[in-house]
Amino acid sequence: MTIFRTLLAIGVAAGVSAAASSAQAQTLRWSSQGDIATMDPYAHTESFTSNMHHHIYDPLVRRDRNMQIEPALATSWQVVAPDRWRFSLRRDVKFHDGSPFTADDVVASITRLLDPTARARGNLANVTAAEKVDDFTVDFVLRGPYPLLLNDLSGIFIMSRSWMARNDALKPGNITTGTTTFASTNANGTGPFKLESYQPDARTVMVVNDAWWDKPQHNLKRIEFRPIRSDATRVAALLSGELDMIAPAPLQDLARIGQAAGFKVIEEPSLRLIFLGMNWRPELFAEPGKKNPLLDLRVRQALWHAVDLDTIQRRIMRGKSRTVGALVAPPVPGYSADIDKPLAFDPDRAKALLTAAGYPNGFKVGLACPNDRYIADEQTCVAIAAMWTRIGVQVDLKIESRTTYFPKVDRGETDMYMLGWATLPPMDTYSVLSAIFASRRGSFGGNNPNGMVVPRLDALADAAGTELDETKRRAMLTESLKIARDEALFIPIHQQPVAWAMRNALDVPVFADEYVRLWFANLK
Amino acid sequence: MTGVLLNRLAQALLVMAAVTAIAFAMFRYVGDPVLIMSREDATPAEREELRAALGLDAPIVVQYAKFVGRVAVGDLGISYRNQRPVAKLLAERLPATLELVAVAMAIALGLGIPLGVLSALHPKAWYAQAIQAVSLLGISMPTFVTGIGLIMLFAVGLRWLPSFGRGETVALGWWTTGLLTPSGLRSLILPAVTLALFSITLIMRLVRAEMRDVLASDYIRFARARGLPRPYIHFTLALRNALMPVITVTGLQVGSLIAFAIVTETVFQWPGMGLLFIQAVSFVDIPVMSAYLLFVGFLFVAINMTVDVLYAIVDPRLRSGAR
Repeated sequence: MTIFRTLLAIGVAAGVSAAASSAQAQTLRWSSQGDIATMDPYAHTESFTSNMHHHIYDPLVRRDRNMQIEPALATSWQVVAPDRWRFSLRRDVKFHDGSPFTADDVVASITRLLDPTARARGNLANVTAAEKVDDFTVDFVLRGPYPLLLNDLSGIFIMSRSWMARNDALKPGNITTGTTTFASTNANGTGPFKLESYQPDARTVMVVNDAWWDKPQHNLKRIEFRPIRSDATRVAALLSGELDMIAPAPLQDLARIGQAAGFKVIEEPSLRLIFLGMNWRPELFAEPGKKNPLLDLRVRQALWHAVDLDTIQRRIMRGKSRTVGALVAPPVPGYSADIDKPLAFDPDRAKALLTAAGYPNGFKVGLACPNDRYIADEQTCVAIAAMWTRIGVQVDLKIESRTTYFPKVDRGETDMYMLGWATLPPMDTYSVLSAIFASRRGSFGGNNPNGMVVPRLDALADAAGTELDETKRRAMLTESLKIARDEALFIPIHQQPVAWAMRNALDVPVFADEYVRLWFANLK
Repeated sequence: MTGVLLNRLAQALLVMAAVTAIAFAMFRYVGDPVLIMSREDATPAEREELRAALGLDAPIVVQYAKFVGRVAVGDLGISYRNQRPVAKLLAERLPATLELVAVAMAIALGLGIPLGVLSALHPKAWYAQAIQAVSLLGISMPTFVTGIGLIMLFAVGLRWLPSFGRGETVALGWWTTGLLTPSGLRSLILPAVTLALFSITLIMRLVRAEMRDVLASDYIRFARARGLPRPYIHFTLALRNALMPVITVTGLQVGSLIAFAIVTETVFQWPGMGLLFIQAVSFVDIPVMSAYLLFVGFLFVAINMTVDVLYAIVDPRLRSGAR
């Protein structure tokens, strides 16, 4: 009897849910691999979490459809002194709770972000304070001349002062003490959507903000987000009609989704470039006691010539990647097509270069790679190891999970190692120059773990970091990329694709920075 | 009796201490939470600051001592990723896992025992042979394969059941239940069947073997010779005697189901403790990982202790203290 009743309930439920789904047109249901870490914009440094917050909160400036910076809560700005920028704020903007947006909110937000306990304060490291000039004008005080302030601000969301004061959330959440505030699970922004409910690891629901200051380019009424960790389940949930979109879509399933009736796959080259870094110390880990062959330009070029990038692109990346010669993607300021040419695949030339450098019989080198961080990272490394073996270089291949791989790279315990870089959040070549090209000193060289020192690159990092003339600054960035290629400091491999899968009825642009911007989404 | 209890309790504490110590010794190999938590372009100074703030710059022995000290006063720490108390996170996920396991266990018993009895009574019948063959499949198929297979069939193909999640839940105090809503019940079916599959097979094979042993024993033969009714012999005499080991195994099986629901929960995105643990591993969220291991260790120790004590009550020969 009980079983019968259960079956009946199931039958009824199936009917009910079918009726419900037709009533909820313009509800976008989508899924990604992980959930957001918190609702507090200043308590984390995770890009996916920021991405979700962007639907609820607005920054002062934002990225448009072409990823160019455009006014958002700020309407205009000027540099009044090298260390002081003045922003005019948008009038008649209301927070979701109805309170008006003014300079006080910006000052309170920036003060909260710059609090020593805020996890995200590094995102605005060059700002020391925000000062109110009048109700709709704010000054940002900087440590010195700094060209990337707008890039930084495009990721800084503005919260409401009165809301934070009312809910005792003027201080940020703190990961170290586990301090959570009202803002960790609630949100009150000025953005295109309002937070309706947030159940960690289960479901986040947003509804459209009818009072948004901007003219909506979307037609959504409601967004339901549910994280699904397993790739296979996420694809199944899309194909079974429980979701409208999955982002990212697993590369191995793209063909199958594309063939399914009613679904489409959209692919874009992402900003993330994959390349190999090198050991610059006197000896290699693979051959202790001998001089490091990688210190010779000819050896580095030989390794580059030996990598058959086209085969990797065709076979391993299934034709979905783009082979590269420069270390940033085309949309990033500083990129130059002249530099973006890989050394030709030429094993004979590679062997000749090795012989000229004094290694006719090759040498031994380590190659370390993650197997769960980049698309087909393991297969790419296995292929490269085989290609190097063909020119007589013995490769000691080590592949491991990202959780143990990156600490090893960071401690400089690798010879050749794989790294991916998307120049995010600033979306500027300066990110590569300061973190990877410059040697480790002060805030420079955070991702230059193996002792690479190129004095000209250090000088360029110093100069470009304070150059306010955009033409001059870009010339410096391009020069740094040219040095990296001419000196074969790295071996660039490819630009990763980003792929999303969705119902045919959904229309949403895919962005190279892998951000999901549903304020451009239209559901038929 | 008190002696037995105290003895077992001391042993249990020792096991728990060993579990946490081993877990801590392992953590240095699972990766570095600081790198996972930092921005890609964080400066070395920023990272060191975070490391110090998390207490990860101290030697592993000191970290362990601090951990034990906190656990002793009931503080499981703060999750690195969610920034929330671990005890609260576990308590939130507990109902999902327990409901899943309870339903799976009910399915396992409800199907396993009748099938086992059936194949013990008529071992030569074609259906008994078929059950045996299918049960081999059940015992050897990995959970993620059956899970994905069921999703493909019932969610993608037939579209009868949802492929992931827990559906609508109802809060009863701090406990959330999916048993009271239609969508909750629908969501429960596929993961519960997936999780139950191994236990169904196990219980079925166990019941069959025990039943056949008992059926071959003297008193059953005498009962048959006396001409007692068949149902009475099979179900009242034979089955009851065959069930003793089944009860023990069922107890232990509940423990394993809770502990190893990880795979099923990952496949079905079931918001239980196993999924929490898997997420913690990929973020090197050491507080959550250690708390989960502690919990699973505690679970097994508690179940084993209960079983031991029950045995001691049932069987006077095992009361070592009485000697």
